[in-house]
Amino acid sequence: MSLSGVEFVGQQAVAAEAAEDGTRIEGRSQWQLTWRRLLQDKVAVAALIVIVVMVALAIGAPLFVAITHHPANTAYPNTGETVAGNPVPPGTAGFWLGTDGTGRDLFIRILYGARISLFVGFVTTAIGAGAGVAVGLIAGYFGGIIDAVLARFTDAVLAFPYVVLALALAIVLGPSLPVIIAVIAFFSWAAIARVVRGQTLAIKEKEYIEAARSLGAGPFRIMFIDILPNLLAPVLVLATLYIPTAVVFEATLSYLGLGIQPPTASWGNILADAENFYQVAWWYIVFPAAALLITTLAFNLLGDGIRDAMDPRTERVLAGVRRRKNRKKTALIDNVPGVTAGEN
Amino acid sequence: MSTAEDSDTLVTVENLVKYFPVRTSGLIRRTVGQVHAVDDVTFSIPRGKTVGLVGETGSGKSTLARCIAGLIPITSGRVTFEGRQISGLSRRAIRPFRREIQMIFQDPYGSLNPRRRVGAIIGDPFAIHKTATGAERKRQVQELMERVGLNPEHYNRFPSEFSGGQRQRIGVARALALRPKLIICDEPVSALDVSIQAQVLNLLSDLQQDFGLSYLFIAHDLEVVRHVSDSVAVMYLGRIVERGPKDLVYHSARHPYTTALLSAAPAADPDAAASRQRIILTGEVPSPIDPPSGCRFHPRCPKAQPLCSETEPLLEVKAGDAATHVTACHFPVEAGENLAVAGRNELP
Repeated sequence: MSLSGVEFVGQQAVAAEAAEDGTRIEGRSQWQLTWRRLLQDKVAVAALIVIVVMVALAIGAPLFVAITHHPANTAYPNTGETVAGNPVPPGTAGFWLGTDGTGRDLFIRILYGARISLFVGFVTTAIGAGAGVAVGLIAGYFGGIIDAVLARFTDAVLAFPYVVLALALAIVLGPSLPVIIAVIAFFSWAAIARVVRGQTLAIKEKEYIEAARSLGAGPFRIMFIDILPNLLAPVLVLATLYIPTAVVFEATLSYLGLGIQPPTASWGNILADAENFYQVAWWYIVFPAAALLITTLAFNLLGDGIRDAMDPRTERVLAGVRRRKNRKKTALIDNVPGVTAGEN
Repeated sequence: MSTAEDSDTLVTVENLVKYFPVRTSGLIRRTVGQVHAVDDVTFSIPRGKTVGLVGETGSGKSTLARCIAGLIPITSGRVTFEGRQISGLSRRAIRPFRREIQMIFQDPYGSLNPRRRVGAIIGDPFAIHKTATGAERKRQVQELMERVGLNPEHYNRFPSEFSGGQRQRIGVARALALRPKLIICDEPVSALDVSIQAQVLNLLSDLQQDFGLSYLFIAHDLEVVRHVSDSVAVMYLGRIVERGPKDLVYHSARHPYTTALLSAAPAADPDAAASRQRIILTGEVPSPIDPPSGCRFHPRCPKAQPLCSETEPLLEVKAGDAATHVTACHFPVEAGENLAVAGRNELP
């Protein structure tokens, strides 16, 4: 078996071979193996590229302003609007994706919208993941009354009609970026906390946790050094899958006028404005909607890819490799006279 | 055994009781019963010796081990280490004793965290007790790895890259790190192949000589216990039914349960096996939630009499036995007595 063949057989086989001949095969961590499997998944790689491009565009937004000389909030009533006061189509007068209802550069506004959307998506997910992990670990590890209280609170948050509460909070506190982030983050931790709690309950019964306790490790050391590394995989998958939810949530609030306030651009409020022009300016609604769709789709596909790559039982990618190999072997056997290919 | 704690005794266990409450599920959890996991167990572990603990699954061996290691609180009784009480201490107060008492676990796959590297696993004791850091910790870990027969260059590997026997060596190295005086081995070899078992047992016995370790060695394999132990205690349903020096328990067992266990053990010599009368115990091990009255073994005992279901026998020296050999039985087995025949007569 060739070296490159060995590495796809799976961790156990690698381990066995490595144990026998000592140094030939370098031990790989779970993360290295996951990364390798992820790179085998074309859909996930494409999604990752889309996300990287989207992030780069969002970060590089000022650069495009410098190129087009169209600041995000500047209206161009002369070049950016038709005589009737409608948006101009893509490609007109240096507006790559046309203009919006008030004669602003749509491309630049979508880029600035991406900044808001991705920022909200990443920040709320990070806060939610951190809080979810903390709540889940504490509830699962300590159990008893602490668990009962935290678990019921988690269930309550999950059961809450969050759009209604978000709308109410946005109205009461006034729409602003911190309020949006706080509202979205508040609803993001519960799902992660529930999964982490369940996993913690399972892991804390393992013998290695008992071993850590017998060595004198305290509860926080056990939670963060012994249990947490075993939870990173599901948390990472959940977090990746939550980012698009947060992005859509922000877009929804902004669309309803309770999120990012004009003139600051956000995909949600661009779409809300575009509604008035859908009969005369298709680009005005299609491009921001496409940006939202592509971004959320990419995150979802990447999340699925990571989940598959994390789970060593996933044979999808490996099966493809093996099939190709078998085909080659069969072809070789066919070429040898007197030997029939009936092995596989 | 509440005799004087002489300097040769490392650990004494007095009247140790561990009940687990049985609760109803749901929001309001009522206690509906108690699992009598360990019930009034008394014994001691001499310095530098190995005490074997045998019994069926569910007899309370592992619970007893965890009680002594301070991993679970005990219901009542007393555990002392070098004359100082260690049972009932807070987590903080018991910390110094963690260095003295370590455990080796049964499952070489479950007892090592799959996400952590071997160096980190064996280095944990140093990190937790802050006895060595950085390069010094690494040096000590590699020294330990070498001592237990692992390649120190495998410092950065994950447990999954090792075989079962090697993993158990990792567990031994971790237990050894703080130079404990007592190592509790909870079925350390039962998950290993027979050839690997011998290697690990030999390692344990070498380490005992080098470091003057005491072992509490738990196993259900009688041959393994015979091989490693100086004295043996036999447990049944949470109680010690017979205890004494290894040779006496193995060659002149007095408790019918011990006799039955010994007769059921596979023998290496087929001739000896053929000539031996196997005692078949009838029935199942009763539930520890509702243990039988009197002697807990009486529903399955071939020698049971009405007295056995009424009065609980005490662990005491039987007529003609050495002072170190105690048995909890009203009608101890006499030399040459054939229990197999007695057992068959009881069958309907």
